[in-house]
Amino acid sequence: MMKNDKQLSLPVLTQTDIDLLAELSHACSVSGDEREVRKIVRREIQPIADSFEVDALGNAIAVRKAKTAEFTRVLISAHMDEIGFMLVNEEDPGIFRFKSVGGIDPRQMAGKAVWVGPDHVPGVIGACPIHLTTPEDRKKTIKESDLRIDIGAENKAVKPGMFAYYATKFSEMGSSVCGKALDNRFGVCILIRLFKECPDNVELIAAFTVQEEVGIRGASVVAWDRKPDLAIVIDSTPAMDLPRWDGEESFIYKSKLGEGPAIYTHDGRTLSDPRIINYLIDTAEAYGIPFQRRQPMPGGTDAGAIHLTQEGIPTVSMSVPGRYAHSAAAIARKSDWEAQIQLLYAALANLDKTLLAQPR
Amino acid sequence: MKELLEKLTSAFGPSGYESRVRDLILETIKNDIDEYRIDALGNLITRKGTRKANGKRIMVSAHMDEIGLMVTHVDEQGFAYVTNLGGVRPLNLMSNRVVFADGTEGMLCARDMEPGKIPALDQYFVDTGASSRKSCKVKIGDPAVFVGRFVDMGDRRMSKTMDDRIGCLIAIEALKALKDSPHEVRFVFSVQEEVGLRGAKTSAYSVDPEIGIALDVTLCNDTPGLTERNLKFGAGPCIKAKDGSLVGTPWLNNALYDAAERAGIPYQVEVLRGAGTDAGAISLTRSGVPSSVISVACRYVHTPSEMVDVSDVKQAIQLLVEFLSKEIK
Repeated sequence: MMKNDKQLSLPVLTQTDIDLLAELSHACSVSGDEREVRKIVRREIQPIADSFEVDALGNAIAVRKAKTAEFTRVLISAHMDEIGFMLVNEEDPGIFRFKSVGGIDPRQMAGKAVWVGPDHVPGVIGACPIHLTTPEDRKKTIKESDLRIDIGAENKAVKPGMFAYYATKFSEMGSSVCGKALDNRFGVCILIRLFKECPDNVELIAAFTVQEEVGIRGASVVAWDRKPDLAIVIDSTPAMDLPRWDGEESFIYKSKLGEGPAIYTHDGRTLSDPRIINYLIDTAEAYGIPFQRRQPMPGGTDAGAIHLTQEGIPTVSMSVPGRYAHSAAAIARKSDWEAQIQLLYAALANLDKTLLAQPR
Repeated sequence: MKELLEKLTSAFGPSGYESRVRDLILETIKNDIDEYRIDALGNLITRKGTRKANGKRIMVSAHMDEIGLMVTHVDEQGFAYVTNLGGVRPLNLMSNRVVFADGTEGMLCARDMEPGKIPALDQYFVDTGASSRKSCKVKIGDPAVFVGRFVDMGDRRMSKTMDDRIGCLIAIEALKALKDSPHEVRFVFSVQEEVGLRGAKTSAYSVDPEIGIALDVTLCNDTPGLTERNLKFGAGPCIKAKDGSLVGTPWLNNALYDAAERAGIPYQVEVLRGAGTDAGAISLTRSGVPSSVISVACRYVHTPSEMVDVSDVKQAIQLLVEFLSKEIK
């Protein structure tokens, strides 16, 4: 148990959060052009920020100063970008070759509706219909190069180089939510909420980063510029927790829905700082907040860049589990989302210099 | 030296969890260094000597971490599934024993035991003797290392984790032996080398050296069945021409060859097709650092029984001391 657990009233999830997540999910920001999400971030937090800057790569960095004499400088990073597509060339009026941006399985592309360009022109990722394919054809995997984005008609406003996005309407499903780009609009939404209710004892450097999905590019320059005492990366991680067909116990799932935020020990790019891992777990236990340990496995977050910046930064990642990540629609539990806000809030509120006093 | 090597190799220190190795090293060297600090990732950064007019600031890096495994899932029956920490080959896992930080031991087995096939890494589990998930002492995220007892074989020594406690030993012995150097020598005992040269990256940034030298093992390929036989036991320390992370800086390598000749030590020129060392990370720090590696040929690298030749190790220490004692031209 923690020694100094304060009486806190933990934040709870409200309709405002759900409406904001819906708006963020509908915003279209494929890696490299994060303006739509950044506009929402700016509207939500610039009025209450001590400083708000957009850097050369497009990262939005807001600072909320501490109100205590002793304080810790905490960087919390959430990437704004989502996976998607870029138009490559127009083969025929309204029919475009495209390239995926970020990790997308080509098997999941065919038949999906998309929005194209800044005007969100409707389109569809077309593939040969069943009528015209042979049983042999249907055994083969469709390649990205065999697919086209079809916007139905010639449109002078749609040009190669523009992005396309999955056209998924956000929905509530009882205890869950469903939408596109929940990786990582959850992180963005949570960081906005925390920024508005930041405990007084920390200087919060809220970094809404760019280009995570194409190689954690934005976070590295933010960390270089701000040099925080410690960093927490908030993201969404895949949950492969569906029942196995043979009734056996699943042992590869990364994370599970409904068991709380997933705390990272080890992924493809980072061995999280054990001092912060233990602190988060102690905090969760002290306040009765559910959490899970994310299965150590490949993958990576902004932490991969942040923790290796300059002389090194103690870093951890924490994610809301989501099923069907990097597809047109993910499903996640509201309870995990709420628990992640609560755990971050409680961890910040109890944070002091003793956490990093002993070497890793 | 033998006792120290046994202590070093026996210490628990998988990547990211090097504090016990660091404590042991610090205890051993604290009276022989001028200052030290421990950085955010856990690197032990020391200083020995000051930079004279004809001297340089030299970073000498030996990594403390060892390859290992980490628990990914504990099932209802208490079997702990694992993934790798660093370059673990599934071939080397079967039937080996591992130990966790709290001393819990277990043996490795795999689900998929088809004869003639090597199971994939994610099929491996550790049996710690637990009878249920509840009674299992290990949990998701717990790191483990191979069990591999230290053995004195006369001219050779065998143990787990010669990679890279042999580098730590060389650094320790060299810093104790080093007198009257014109250089400011920053002996760095680094972390997380096995997962991607991470500790060297941050420590080199803060040390900001003019020359970087990594101390590590390399693949000794004098055992039966190998066709490329460029490095062997008993032929002296290896000086790195190239590996996957670095081309040894030519003028620096010449300085190392000169030092070997001055000291009357044989050496081997090392060309490694892949892999990398801390020197790769050091060389790309800030505006670039001339870098190379002094390696010790090691058989059975990344198994629980890594083997080195005693004379190679002694000569590596002599080479390093000679190199660090004189002006580098």
